[in-house]
Amino acid sequence: MASKHSDDAPAPSTPGTRVPRATGPDGEPALALKILVAGGFGVGKTTLVGSVSEIRPLRTEERLTEAGRGVDDTGGVEQKTTTTVAMDFGRITIRAGLSLYLFGTPGQDRFWFLWDELAHGALGAVVLADTRRLEDCFPSVDYFERRAIPFVVAVNCFQGSRRHAVERVSLALDLDAGTPVVLCDARDKESGKKVLVTLVEHASRLHTARLLA
Amino acid sequence: MDDIPTDGPHPASEHGPDRRWYDDDAGPLVRLYALTRGRTRPASEAFDLIALITADSPYGPDSPYGIDPGLPPEPATILELCRYHPQSVAEIAADCDLPVGVVRVLLGDLLDAGLIHVSRPVPPAMLPDERILREVINGLQAL
Repeated sequence: MASKHSDDAPAPSTPGTRVPRATGPDGEPALALKILVAGGFGVGKTTLVGSVSEIRPLRTEERLTEAGRGVDDTGGVEQKTTTTVAMDFGRITIRAGLSLYLFGTPGQDRFWFLWDELAHGALGAVVLADTRRLEDCFPSVDYFERRAIPFVVAVNCFQGSRRHAVERVSLALDLDAGTPVVLCDARDKESGKKVLVTLVEHASRLHTARLLA
Repeated sequence: MDDIPTDGPHPASEHGPDRRWYDDDAGPLVRLYALTRGRTRPASEAFDLIALITADSPYGPDSPYGIDPGLPPEPATILELCRYHPQSVAEIAADCDLPVGVVRVLLGDLLDAGLIHVSRPVPPAMLPDERILREVINGLQAL
């Protein structure tokens, strides 16, 4: 989105705006947290979001202003050609007033600009990887590393996959020592839950480390 | 802001074949944005995908006041969706089967009309304490 986010300022109250009223059972403000599911095309993002949450397609009608940058020299002239980008989206209700939202990132490179909005304020990200096409997840790993967004790499594999996958993947992706790599079966709810728990624990550790720093 | 376009798209011949239609001219070309009278951005603010919307209107199918007579179907549907529980912008878009951009414009109108409240997401770095993340972990394990 070309428009600037208005939520850069500390929530919940920003001068000049309305007082938020969405509240949990104890009158606390309702909390919404966001997790991204990224990875190459066909790696199982939709499957993972669907295995742990009620999945719904979300349409964004995006102007191609950003997507066309670098392709067309528009000389500062804003194009208003639009395109529909579909992404997967699911909600997990932790309790009344606390929900987790999962967003599957659009696979195509030309929609990188959408990632910035998705990544803004994200608790963390799952990068799904397939050991047969590991290079497909390089861009996602780069993206989250550069923005210091906590992420885990989840290697989507069927049962009986090679056991050394975790170490090999960690080495091949040149991950920071603390970045978790887990094997998962995106079709399996328990497996998907484990991936998310690993991510939130990782994000929590980084969060604590930042507070202590 | 951009309102009802007064003149239609310029014929390509006026500006050359490669000239793109833009600004108000592009509005009527995109059917969905007819719902927003050609506007592609909300007047007031950019709604985060996980901003939570709560309806704050006396109108509704179950209300003694009935449905707000002044509201077109789409904004009325949005109000109804978030009448009892806060709904995220993403959920509203998915439930209405409308693109997020369209929903954002309609939400901007509803906000300006004082019919909704918006709860902006708390950035993870500003979470009150570790308790919340512990709750999330426990909640996920209990799924």
